[in-house]
Amino acid sequence: MTLKPVDRRSVLQMLAAAGSAPFVLKSTVARAETPLTVGVLYSGSKQDYGFNQSHAQAAAALKKLPGIKVIEEERVPETIAAQRSMEGMIRQDGAQLILATSFGYFKPHVLEMAAKYPDVTFAHTGGVWTAGMPENIGTLYAYIFEAQYISGIVAGHMTKSKKLGLVAAKPTPNLLRSINALAIGARSVDPAIEVQVIFTGDWVLPVREAEATNTLVDQGADVIAAQVDSPKVVIETAEKRGVMSCGYHSSQADVAPNGYLTGAEWNWITPYLVYAGSVRGGKKPEHYLRSGLGDHFVKNSPFGKLVTPEARAAAETARADLIGGTRVIYSGPLKDNKGNVVIPAGVMQSSNDRALDGINYLVEGIIGQV
Amino acid sequence: MDGTSIGWLALPLAILGGAIRVSTPFIFVSIGELITEKSGRINLGLEGTLMLGAMAGYAISYLSGSPWLGVLSAGLAGMAFGLLHGLLCSVKRVNDTAIGISLIVLGTGLAFFLGKPLIEPKAPPLPSIALGFWSSVPRMRAALDVNALFFVGIALAFVVYVFLNRTGWGLMLRTVGDSEDAARALGFPVLRVRIVATMAGGILAGIGGSFLSLSYPGSWSEGLSSGQGIMAVALVIFARWRSINALGASLLFGGAGALGPALQGIGVTGYYYLFNAAPYILTLAIMVASTSRAAPFADAPGELKLHR
Repeated sequence: MTLKPVDRRSVLQMLAAAGSAPFVLKSTVARAETPLTVGVLYSGSKQDYGFNQSHAQAAAALKKLPGIKVIEEERVPETIAAQRSMEGMIRQDGAQLILATSFGYFKPHVLEMAAKYPDVTFAHTGGVWTAGMPENIGTLYAYIFEAQYISGIVAGHMTKSKKLGLVAAKPTPNLLRSINALAIGARSVDPAIEVQVIFTGDWVLPVREAEATNTLVDQGADVIAAQVDSPKVVIETAEKRGVMSCGYHSSQADVAPNGYLTGAEWNWITPYLVYAGSVRGGKKPEHYLRSGLGDHFVKNSPFGKLVTPEARAAAETARADLIGGTRVIYSGPLKDNKGNVVIPAGVMQSSNDRALDGINYLVEGIIGQV
Repeated sequence: MDGTSIGWLALPLAILGGAIRVSTPFIFVSIGELITEKSGRINLGLEGTLMLGAMAGYAISYLSGSPWLGVLSAGLAGMAFGLLHGLLCSVKRVNDTAIGISLIVLGTGLAFFLGKPLIEPKAPPLPSIALGFWSSVPRMRAALDVNALFFVGIALAFVVYVFLNRTGWGLMLRTVGDSEDAARALGFPVLRVRIVATMAGGILAGIGGSFLSLSYPGSWSEGLSSGQGIMAVALVIFARWRSINALGASLLFGGAGALGPALQGIGVTGYYYLFNAAPYILTLAIMVASTSRAAPFADAPGELKLHR
């Protein structure tokens, strides 16, 4: 039995030797003529009505472009399996760009693969590149909270009970940033609005998510928003209970044809194209690529049929103001829900302010605790 | 009542609603496991059977348009898995625990593989009975919107009780589970009884799964089961191998599961990790309290390899 890994390793080495000769040629001589092969890894199912689906939609858009070949692998665990998957894409399919879409792929898997294959570009969602890491790694993320802010404005216009409910996974900084943005948006419409948040404690827990949605509706919330990995259950349950809903990650409009208002969606195709472009141009990838509504990194789902003209108009105005920079979501004076001032008057933390990266509070008007 | 806030009253109501909504798969899986264990075998594979049932139920409901046909096929899929477990364990020196664990992997893998195209389509759900029609409070009506399978589950607990304690076949099943030698001396077909008992457990676990995909939360996804199948094994021990107790344990577990979200809902916002763990803590506490140190498995079927 001890011979087996040795055998496999030598086979892999042979394969690598055979595979790298044309690969070197490809990367130096025939770059423009050969199609660009892009490998995409997902941690879950491509059709999860959530995070993975938002990436799969971008990959599908990428596939339609001329001269680009996309290979995908779903349900790749955030373990050594991720390295095997990336290695397979590079060696067997000749992938020149790897899109690692799940947070846990970064350390150490992307880092190790990037060091091993310096000619391949790695783009990772959510990681942060720091000096000393391989130069062929790019990290990307998008300011989804800007889209949540727009959802908050729509929800604020639509609520009659002045109470919004939010089912969230865990109080991580990125989630808190979005939860707050939704509340700030809603309360910009009417400061009497309260947002009640329920943390389920994990990324995917369908039964508890449904239970949380029911509880929020029982408590009088008439708009339910979701911040879990696969918001289908939340949106479906809200629809069943006859209340309105705001989606997350990708559009859930078709599971809630009546109550779906809008939702915060990622638009990953934009950053993907940036990295595809840098591979084509033979350039180093951008190490820290982040943006929001302005650069179409995020978007909102098309408005549902219930959304009133005033709500639509207010959302459009807010979007234009955010893009134009005349409106900043996190601007003082801003209090947390314990009454402490977290951003003093006159201070504005714009979307790319790194001070927001470690956010650990819920703003005034949110019922909930970190 | 002003209709928007009923304050603390919401808590018992949420627990009641939660008990009704969340308990049904636990009732089915735990009573199924109870029947299997009464025959002297333990099937840990019910988690996989549950997922397979959830997938099969959703698929057939979607393809045929009839959710009840979905429930039926979920039961059949579960039965096939029960048969597989029963047959494999009938081979000499095969360990039923190990087979069970491999069936978890096989069942979930198969369910994910075959269920891939089912994430997007919308299957017709099981209809529910609106028992809250008399109330004008919407949350009361929602809490009392009860699926028929819930009542089937309650009836099942009593039927299984009568079957095990008042019928000849039930006696045979218990004998096989308590003492293989005695069963053989009486001329009972030991293997056949065990295989049938495992199949019955599979049917019920499959139906429990179809409740998840067809009623609550009510759609097929890969994260659908969060350990319901495994918890059922603990519930059976907790229920001391008695079907009526298993029903009670499932209701308690369902109600406790609603506690976490419900407390956050009424504004008790801290400690939610602790409250979310309430069902597990509760089970552990009651088990510790109810287990006799002198004879920890006094109620367990004698042939069950739990305490060897």
